[in-house]
Amino acid sequence: MNSPVIALADAAVIAKRNVIKIKRVPDVLVFVLISPIMFVLLFAYVFGSSIEVPGGNYREFLIAGIFAQTVMFGATFTGASLAEDMQKGLIDRFRSLPMSRSAVVAGRTASDVIYNAISIAIMSLAGLLVGWRIRGSVTDAVIAFALLLIFAYAFSWVMACVGLLVPTPEVVNNASFVVLFPLTFVANTFVPSEDLPGPLRPFAEWNPISAVVQASRERFGNIPPEWPEQTAWPLQNPVLYTLIWTVIVIVVFAPIATRLYERASRR
Amino acid sequence: MGPARRTVALVNDEPMIVAEGLHKRYGDTVALDGLDLVVPAGTVLGLLGPNGAGKTTAVSILTTLLTPNAGHAVVAGVDVVRDPDGVRRLIGLSGQYAAVDEHLTGAENLEMIGRLYRLGRRLSRQRGGELLDRFRLADAADRPVKTYSGGMRRRLDLAAALIAEPPVLFLDEPTTGLDPRSRTELWVVIRDLVRRGTTVLLTTQYLEEADQLADDIIVIDHGREIAHGTADELKRMIGGEHLELTVLDLDRLDDARAVVEPHAIGEIHSDAQRGHLSAPVDGGASTLTKVLRDLDDRSVEIVDVGLRRPTLDDVFMALTGHTAEVPT
Ligand SMILES: Nc1ncnc2c1ncn2[C@@H]1O[C@H](COP(=O)(O)OP(=O)(O)O)[C@@H](O)[C@H]1O
Ligand SMILES: [Mg+2]
Repeated sequence: MNSPVIALADAAVIAKRNVIKIKRVPDVLVFVLISPIMFVLLFAYVFGSSIEVPGGNYREFLIAGIFAQTVMFGATFTGASLAEDMQKGLIDRFRSLPMSRSAVVAGRTASDVIYNAISIAIMSLAGLLVGWRIRGSVTDAVIAFALLLIFAYAFSWVMACVGLLVPTPEVVNNASFVVLFPLTFVANTFVPSEDLPGPLRPFAEWNPISAVVQASRERFGNIPPEWPEQTAWPLQNPVLYTLIWTVIVIVVFAPIATRLYERASRR
Repeated sequence: MGPARRTVALVNDEPMIVAEGLHKRYGDTVALDGLDLVVPAGTVLGLLGPNGAGKTTAVSILTTLLTPNAGHAVVAGVDVVRDPDGVRRLIGLSGQYAAVDEHLTGAENLEMIGRLYRLGRRLSRQRGGELLDRFRLADAADRPVKTYSGGMRRRLDLAAALIAEPPVLFLDEPTTGLDPRSRTELWVVIRDLVRRGTTVLLTTQYLEEADQLADDIIVIDHGREIAHGTADELKRMIGGEHLELTVLDLDRLDDARAVVEPHAIGEIHSDAQRGHLSAPVDGGASTLTKVLRDLDDRSVEIVDVGLRRPTLDDVFMALTGHTAEVPT
């Protein structure tokens, strides 16, 4: 066996372990999903009537934004789980085994895609209940879901690094709050980026999260015909821009995460 | 006959673990300050020391989790810094805290570790099942570990370290936090492993544990060796069992001393203010019974009496003149 094959086999063993845990501790999933579902309901019913989107239906506009925000927060789970493994001494055990150095993090990020897929599925149901519809083709919808998952996958490598650096899972959760709230709000997730004031607008336009949201909205057919033309390049080419970021983030953070894992130790 | 066994055969005459001049610093803290050790194949070395002595640091270096700042170490003929993966194939580690996954069952935990040692699914399951039987965990095999007691977790953790049948085993404070019964059970398991030929390095804070399990004991403090020898040698250094008693009436202390005198095998220490005396004895419980009978005959009333085995504190008292200091 050559080493990439071994690394994949090891990562599969780790991923399997994580999937067993999703089954065995479903409350984690439930708890994590309460807030996005609450977001769907709050935004749909509380702000739904007061936030205007040109010629469109705010609830429909909203859903792609909430999907993106939720899968980004889903990446927090990656970091928190690694921090917990470290705290419990499991990382030390893995490090004492003759296994591939990248497998623990690779297995983690891979299994968290399943986790995010389940949460998107449940949110889609909640969305359908409040009036969200997929108006494009099935293929386009699949592409939209795939983009959301791929981008979140890349971001989970960033959170893996955080998880391997901090002492407890709580720190990961708090840290992600501080970073992810501004990142997911200063974007076109909840309001069109054109409506943002001053310097927030260019930030939102170049924010990769906006591109993911824009791409999904387009593919779901949730952008009304009266919608003004996008002026910023990332939003004109949201799929390409999302993929560029995905590749950059993985290329930069996967080696960092593996290196941090190699040096990680309890305490 | 796995590849691990064959490697053992090759290095059979060599010591299984050799460390020379290990140094490790964490910022300003010197965790290891030039530790040397040698563990011949098929023997048990006990690394005895108080909290913060550097035991976990030493184990971490030997199991490739940490790199030393200076010195070098060879495990089963493989250098821990130059070929960490080679070392990992030959060792099992059961760390200071049971590192098993709470949400997986006992069987799932062992299968996972077996597969990460690349035993394949079938062999991992088979060995896992055998180990669960051997460690009396078969009934709990399909229950999530979070329902296990501390002793059961510890045994599962040890089973995980053994799944690849490694020739060298590292046990970091294997019985700390266990009740006396689980501790004795674990001792039986460890002795059994040694009988089958495994070389073991174990750390402990209990002299009694080192006495029970180790062929050779290194006492460490502040990352340095302060004594080295067999359990008997150490005990000779500090005296073995002590009979200790406290009289009710301080004036009767001399009478008590007279009763104990014929049984003492060394100097008797008495403390007139507390009415307390301590005498090295042998003969254990029967000596204690005789002393109690004689005291009763002379109507010397006592408030407390017992046999005390020497502890790590006694070792420190004898070697350094102070008790083991526990940082923080
Ligand atoms: N990661 C760390 N960072 C800073 N200091 C540490 C770290 N690990 C251990 N130490 C310090 O090194 C010394 C030895 O620790 P350790 O090897 O854990 O001792 P033991 O296992 O004998 O209790 C202690 O003073 C401890 O506080
Ligand atoms: Mg320790």
